[in-house]
Amino acid sequence: MTARTLFEKLWTSHLVRELGGDTALIAIDRVFLHERTGSVALKSLSESNRTIVDPARVFCTMDHIVDTRPGRGDDTVLPGGKAFITETRAAAEAARIRLFDVRDPLQGIVHVISPELGIVLPGATVVCPDSHTCTQGALGAFAWGIGSTEAEHALATGTLRVKKPKAMRVRFEGELPPTVTAKDLSIALIARFGSVGGNGYAVEFAGAAVEALDIEGRLTLCNMATEFSAVTGFIAPDHKTLEYLKGRPYAPRGADWARAADAWLALRSDPGAVFDREIVIDVSNLGPMVTWGTSPQHAVPVSGCVPAESESGASPESYQRALAYMGLSSGIPMYDLEVGAAFIGSCTNSRVSDLRRAAEVLRGRRVAPGVRAICVPGSMSVKRAAEAEGLDQIFKDAGFEWRESGCSMCFFAGGESFGAKQRVISSTNRNFESRQGPETRTHIASPETVAASAVLGRIAGVDQLPAQARAS
Amino acid sequence: MTEPVRQLFAVAAPLIRANVDTDAIIPSREMKTVSKTGLADGLFAGWRYTTIGGRDPEPSFVLNQAPYAQTQILLGGENFGCGSSREHAVWALHEFGIRSVIAPSFAPIFFGNCIRNGIVPVRLAAEAVQRIASWVVIDPPVHRVRVDVDALCVEAGEGMRWTFELDPESREMLLEGLDAIDLTLKSKADIDAFLERDRIERPWIYRLPEHA
Repeated sequence: MTARTLFEKLWTSHLVRELGGDTALIAIDRVFLHERTGSVALKSLSESNRTIVDPARVFCTMDHIVDTRPGRGDDTVLPGGKAFITETRAAAEAARIRLFDVRDPLQGIVHVISPELGIVLPGATVVCPDSHTCTQGALGAFAWGIGSTEAEHALATGTLRVKKPKAMRVRFEGELPPTVTAKDLSIALIARFGSVGGNGYAVEFAGAAVEALDIEGRLTLCNMATEFSAVTGFIAPDHKTLEYLKGRPYAPRGADWARAADAWLALRSDPGAVFDREIVIDVSNLGPMVTWGTSPQHAVPVSGCVPAESESGASPESYQRALAYMGLSSGIPMYDLEVGAAFIGSCTNSRVSDLRRAAEVLRGRRVAPGVRAICVPGSMSVKRAAEAEGLDQIFKDAGFEWRESGCSMCFFAGGESFGAKQRVISSTNRNFESRQGPETRTHIASPETVAASAVLGRIAGVDQLPAQARAS
Repeated sequence: MTEPVRQLFAVAAPLIRANVDTDAIIPSREMKTVSKTGLADGLFAGWRYTTIGGRDPEPSFVLNQAPYAQTQILLGGENFGCGSSREHAVWALHEFGIRSVIAPSFAPIFFGNCIRNGIVPVRLAAEAVQRIASWVVIDPPVHRVRVDVDALCVEAGEGMRWTFELDPESREMLLEGLDAIDLTLKSKADIDAFLERDRIERPWIYRLPEHA
């Protein structure tokens, strides 16, 4: 038998029929919806008198515009947002799908709760009308973002018509320096190969440095595959994956678990499998990364400078536009950039290990005067776990707001923002123009870099923090 | 069911910026109701109007300029439609009157959303898009661009003709304005057969614990 890639195995195990060309009808195992884009899919489905073919395999959450301030209800900071909440609730109830509602103890960001509840499984196909669905590939699933019309199709037929992507493998080899996180790997990849480097591909992340990542780090790495323009990113399941999933509420049990576990461990690219493209990155000389511009590919090491146009990898138009928007010029050290705000949260970096690492930086320290700092746990389960460890107190003592879970200020929906021209260091995934508010200047980094920058009031790596800065 | 699109001969407007994301196309704050309509006013709101949430046209924005009043084709930069999966971006473009976007590359979700809503996403090399733009700006209402989905080609005046690639399924969807759900349900026997096999092969996918 010819050697096959993991992607080929995921593809063929869901192949219902070929549709001609490179397109096939692919079976969909799990559909997740949220109130921002799922609501319209449910509404449109019902208006066309169609029903969900298997409601037990469809899930919905309130994460995108739900308020994250303490004591929240259905009202949103976004004007008119309440209708998205109430209409989603009514539609989910009518469709008899499991809704993680505003007050549900399991509510959270779709790509945080799907893994933590064991809804996404290795070898499964998972779709959601949300671009960061690729996050869930970290468990060895074929998970990708779609539009609302495609979501309707998946709900009504249990399938999607999919053009087969090409197969890419990105191998992160070598030993990860202790200050370098999964977030830094993803930013480094996009900085080097561009924000369209993955266009047309399903990307398998592999190599010693990926195997060494815990599951939450793998979720962060796969999360950014969409910023690489890839259809999805995924990682072969291993014993860490099994250990992570076992006993989770929706994970298989008993005899099903034993059978599934065996099948999942066989989900890996065969030796000698041929990829359409392969990239190898040596991680041993990487450092913490931060973005300087308005695309995730506009990134340098935290210890670096705003690059010259010729070094930036950006087109002249894109480079000049980014500099003007960000209020920067070529050659400025990233360390010199003062920040007015710090944000820790989002489907990229809001899990308990992310908060733990940031809290370790913040313990006994305070954010610099004038810096608005906010931490938003990715799910209510993450929030409870963090509070049980006392992490909330560390954040609050350091001067961070401690919020209810949701997407919050990762993007601007018309409610809260950091303000025009405000420079924000953020653990999120997009530094696009106005992403976090009109004219807001976003710099993306890991949670620990965000924490260190918040303390020093300027962009900084953890290694920049003087030991004497500790208050106790 | 979307309206079929076979051939366009229309005003084209250059908006050649890299990484035009879906939040720039339709800012989240402009998605005011659970609906696929009522979005055209919010199209490119951050660039098109002088103030956030306002409606006073920003004169320097291309779609506000008189020669581009009848624009049906956008000329874009690399990675057009990146970012959020929101189909509202495509609904807003369509409602505004856009029927094709010509760019060097598209974000994959945006590309799929175009196909399902009767907008032709045309991938041409950056130099070609630039050449079309340079020709169009001379006299936009007269220098119209032709996009032919049947022949998979773009024409912009004498001697400027390029072919482009589109997978057969996407081409068919655009040409026929097909409802993909109806089309797929014709394969119901195949879907049922798959499920019958797969329930034995991977029972854990279907045997979910009672909702937690």
